[in-house]
Amino acid sequence: WKSGIVVHIGWTTREDLLFIQDDGTVLIHDIFGTFKRHFSMGNEVLQNRVMEAKIFFTPYGSGVAILTGAFRFTLATNIDDLKLRRFPEVPGLQHPPTCWAVLVQDRQTKIVLANGKDLFILDNASCRAVTPPGLGPQACTFTQIAISFNYKRLALFTDTGNIWMGSSSLKDKLCVVDTNLQTPPKQFVWCNRPKSNNPSVVGIWDKLLLIAGNSKETIKYPYAVTAKAVMALLCSQVKWHLERLIKSRFYQDEDVHLVPEVDGVRIISSSSHEFLHEVPPACQDIFRIASMAPGALLLEAHKEYEKESQKSDEYLREIKEQNLLFEAVEQCIEAAGNEYEPEMQKSLLRAASFGKCFISNFPPDTFVKMARDLRVLNAIRDYTIGIPLSYPQYKQLTIEVLIDRLVLRRLYPLAINICKYMKISEFQGASRILAHWACYKVQQKEEPDDNIARAINNKLGDTPGISYSEIAAKAYECGRTELAIKLLEYEPRSGEQVPLLLKMKRSQLALLKAIESGDTDLVYTVVTYLKNEMNRGDFFMTLQNQPVALSLYRQFCKHQEPETLKDLFNQDDNHQELGNFYVRSSYSNETTIEGRVAALQNAVDEYNKAKNEFAAKITEEQIKLVRCQFRLQKESAKTLLDLPLHETVSTLLLESKHKQAEQLYKDFKIPDKRFWWLKITALAKKEDWEELERFSKSKKSPIGYMPFVEICVKHHNKYEAKKYVAKVSPEQKVKGYIMVGDLEQAVEAATERKNESELNTILSKCTPATDQLIIEKINRAKTQILKK
Amino acid sequence: MAIVWDEHLTGPFGLIAQYSLLKEHEVDKMFTLKEGRIPPADVKNIIFFVRPRLELMDIIADNIRCEDRLHGPHRDFHILFLPRRSLLCEQRLKEQGLLVHITHIEEYSLDLIPFDSDLMSMESESAFRVIANVKLPPEKFAPKKQNETGRDLPTEPKKLQLNSAEELYAEIRDKNFNAVGSVLSKKAKFISAAFEGRHNAKTVGEIKQFVSQLPHMQAARTSLANHTSIAELIKDITASETFFDNLTVEQEFMSGIDTDKVNSYIEDSIAQKEPLIKILRLVCMQSVCNNGLKQKVLDYYKREILQTYGYEHILTLNNLEKAGLLKPQTSTRNNYPTIRKTLRLWMDDINEQNPNDISYVYSGYAPLSVRLTQLLARPGWRSIEEVLKMLPGPHFEERQQLPSGLHKKRQQGENRVTLVFFLGGVTYAEIAALRFLSQMEEGGTEYIIATTKLINGTSWIKSMMDKLEPSLF
Repeated sequence: WKSGIVVHIGWTTREDLLFIQDDGTVLIHDIFGTFKRHFSMGNEVLQNRVMEAKIFFTPYGSGVAILTGAFRFTLATNIDDLKLRRFPEVPGLQHPPTCWAVLVQDRQTKIVLANGKDLFILDNASCRAVTPPGLGPQACTFTQIAISFNYKRLALFTDTGNIWMGSSSLKDKLCVVDTNLQTPPKQFVWCNRPKSNNPSVVGIWDKLLLIAGNSKETIKYPYAVTAKAVMALLCSQVKWHLERLIKSRFYQDEDVHLVPEVDGVRIISSSSHEFLHEVPPACQDIFRIASMAPGALLLEAHKEYEKESQKSDEYLREIKEQNLLFEAVEQCIEAAGNEYEPEMQKSLLRAASFGKCFISNFPPDTFVKMARDLRVLNAIRDYTIGIPLSYPQYKQLTIEVLIDRLVLRRLYPLAINICKYMKISEFQGASRILAHWACYKVQQKEEPDDNIARAINNKLGDTPGISYSEIAAKAYECGRTELAIKLLEYEPRSGEQVPLLLKMKRSQLALLKAIESGDTDLVYTVVTYLKNEMNRGDFFMTLQNQPVALSLYRQFCKHQEPETLKDLFNQDDNHQELGNFYVRSSYSNETTIEGRVAALQNAVDEYNKAKNEFAAKITEEQIKLVRCQFRLQKESAKTLLDLPLHETVSTLLLESKHKQAEQLYKDFKIPDKRFWWLKITALAKKEDWEELERFSKSKKSPIGYMPFVEICVKHHNKYEAKKYVAKVSPEQKVKGYIMVGDLEQAVEAATERKNESELNTILSKCTPATDQLIIEKINRAKTQILKK
Repeated sequence: MAIVWDEHLTGPFGLIAQYSLLKEHEVDKMFTLKEGRIPPADVKNIIFFVRPRLELMDIIADNIRCEDRLHGPHRDFHILFLPRRSLLCEQRLKEQGLLVHITHIEEYSLDLIPFDSDLMSMESESAFRVIANVKLPPEKFAPKKQNETGRDLPTEPKKLQLNSAEELYAEIRDKNFNAVGSVLSKKAKFISAAFEGRHNAKTVGEIKQFVSQLPHMQAARTSLANHTSIAELIKDITASETFFDNLTVEQEFMSGIDTDKVNSYIEDSIAQKEPLIKILRLVCMQSVCNNGLKQKVLDYYKREILQTYGYEHILTLNNLEKAGLLKPQTSTRNNYPTIRKTLRLWMDDINEQNPNDISYVYSGYAPLSVRLTQLLARPGWRSIEEVLKMLPGPHFEERQQLPSGLHKKRQQGENRVTLVFFLGGVTYAEIAALRFLSQMEEGGTEYIIATTKLINGTSWIKSMMDKLEPSLF
């Protein structure tokens, strides 16, 4: 030990070992003694040194309390979430307190301390003097304080040999016991079963162990006597039970140490480990001499039954007559839980099972659960495992924590077996344990990477709930990067591989995995990382080899960094996209005509380089249009810029600027058909019917004359429309006449074409009341067609 | 608390949790995400429900800065990403120095939004509302009562949520538009017959039975009235000449008529400046059915489009070319007729009323995707190996190795369930075709459909358009 002077050593709830040094440094070692980490209790402690220290437990974890050389207290209520609290000064404290203890009440951590005759309760903010009620007038010094495991009770030992027991609030007294011993005990602790009516304290002196309870008498064991056997002594109706757990041989001159538990006290010496607790009521009832309790009778009944004796029936009858069979079974089950010898557990359970046969529907849960629990308890009590839990302790701890503790001890196979036996889901049970095993395995430095990776994969396979990336992270933590990469290969979720790979600076591999994952966000993460890590050239080069990443990055740039996008295209000699880029920027970035034309000219150049003749030419045409529009706009009331060519011509036509429109038509090689459409649409809109007629006669219409009819009808001018129907091609003539409402002509045209379906169409437009003549005509025509 | 919504999310979220439900969970106010100040509200917590998009992060940043300037930091901000949190977005917030201001960043992984019992979509882009709900002109739905004039017509657009939970909708939704009318009229007769049934109910028992069916019948009558009105609205369109002409051209292309030269209908439509999307749909269709257009034809169309609709659409045309929807003919051989014949993509004798093949959905054209699905189930793709090579893009089969625990035994008589995932989107007609396959008795396969987006021809082309807004002049 090279670190410093250790003042106090103790376990935490997570089974770490704390070493509290006199300079206030607390070192944490794991259960195997390996150093984990350390923390300091602060400057004040460092300056004044640690005089005494205590480790205590709260619902949130383990805490450390320090008494400094300046007689001040500093506390940390949870060492995993370190917040130091310095307690106020105790008035008049010139010497170290005679005794003190940590008390957790209402989620607040306090300190109870005695300074000779004075008793104080100290908390964060205040210091309060208290007097325990009912101690009598005689002045006495408090030499020891004991606080129960659940912080509900408090006991004081006085220099007059009295023990005061009461509530931890110091408001209610339970009793005062005179021990006739003036020397203070070396250790003084509560020994309590939950819900017990017989609260007691245990103290040890040299060669003496004393139990004091709510009665006049005390039990004193010389160590030598206690060593003889497991014993039960009777004292004011309270039975005490000393369990020999590992090896029970006290030597007269051996030092012992007491460890309070939730339901009793462990007595540990250098060669033995015993557990002292009040005998639970069920066991008392059954095993009390000459007990007539239902459980006792049932046990007896079963014994007789095994002997095939009819006495069995007598016992059973007796229980049944009192209607207590149900209680009897329950008692036996409960008692079995508190027994340590498997043989005794078995006979109690068999008795319970026997009793159950005579109850029609005894719920099976309690029995089955107890049998299972006992099997687990017996397994862990085995000396090779060495976790001697009592049944209440096991229940308090929960099976999950127990499994954690087995994992902590690297007892993986047992932990897995227990999980399977207790039917704990694979996710929480077996897989989790295997993962822990794997994390342990990667720390075995002497084995080569390949072997470990294979061993882990063989054992873990595709078990649900296993995260290979967590195991890999552990391997990386241990400095085994190569192993970590090998393990990551087994990780099916690429998303989990990437962050670790980045952490290990395997960015290329990370990029590959990110792409494999199909998760764009992940790819972006790696790409952003690469962008910051690499110089621009290398970065582009890397992307070049990863088309997916590259196109995603392009997407990103398109919205966020257009200039980078340009660089990327430049690097690829992608002239088509560069052309597109300039077109886009001509719209979004340029605010002057010169600017736009310049950008478009750049686009033309790029399109030419890309050998996209069409795009180059059409963009040149666009430049031409912008210039024309700019010129024409000066003489026009309307905005022309940014209008499509089509709209530009249309606007000019509406303004009757036929010459200019005509010029654009020629300059931009607008197809005749479209120009005719443009022109008639504009003229009809202006209702310039004369001009429309003139235009229709200017030359033969490339779009036929049906559009003329349609456009006139559209503008509600059937009169004008009629002028053009005659010119409509024969196939459309009927449609034209119907459109202008001239059904008679329509019939004629249809008859001429001998077209029955056209005749039917006309028929469907007729109203019988007004169009009687036409209907007749149609019918006549139809019969004629049919004849031929 | 208050929720600030990304506009695009209110639709999908409405399918899962209505405002009333949120209110029960202490949501006091709801706002739409936009720049500037969040409207004042007496709340402690503000939750942003957003898609993971950088531009939205900038808006959130702006919101929070405004808040802090006005009130100092007394509110808690939280961000809930849908469907996934994004490191990129968090990075953006960090750059803006705002990550510390945000108490929680969580994700609500809503990957697939259920639209119906057999249909899920990721809805990776907007336009959700349009699909899940229909908004209809109100005057068509005013209760018709004679001799009553001056009655106020409802003015709010009518909103209906449509899915298979509604019996009648489930029946008509996958019908050809020409077949809906007859179904509705049959239904109408059936319902009025059911109502007439009350005259036949003589005994108390019979009357009781009639009365117990009444609510169901009334619901059916309301539903019928709604759907008749909707069908009328649809008929206004499908009976129009424009629709008919357009359909005729489409069907000509699909059956391979005159696909190699400039189509005069398209030409005239451009000259009359019909909606650009319509033009693009037709041109693309022609290009696909001709395995690319002759350079001259293609350039002519492109020039016509650019001169008529504006040169900025050069980018949109380029996008379509990149997607292969529009392309110059590279070889003289046109594969489409072979594909069409082998895969029976065009059926001349279709039965719209009582369909016997998936081609009923387009009145002749059998959607390629669904035909491939059908052939995969029986007899398998091996039989069409040659044609598969002609289709754009690679094809492959991959068998997923399942961990032994995941194997599921099929019960006797239980149909095989196949999930068809449409990347990029699926149309309602394709869905209808797949549903038709599910219902075929000898098929033995049920199809569940998942997709990245529900689309139609218009929304699909729209998604490929590059919108350039002129910024000056």
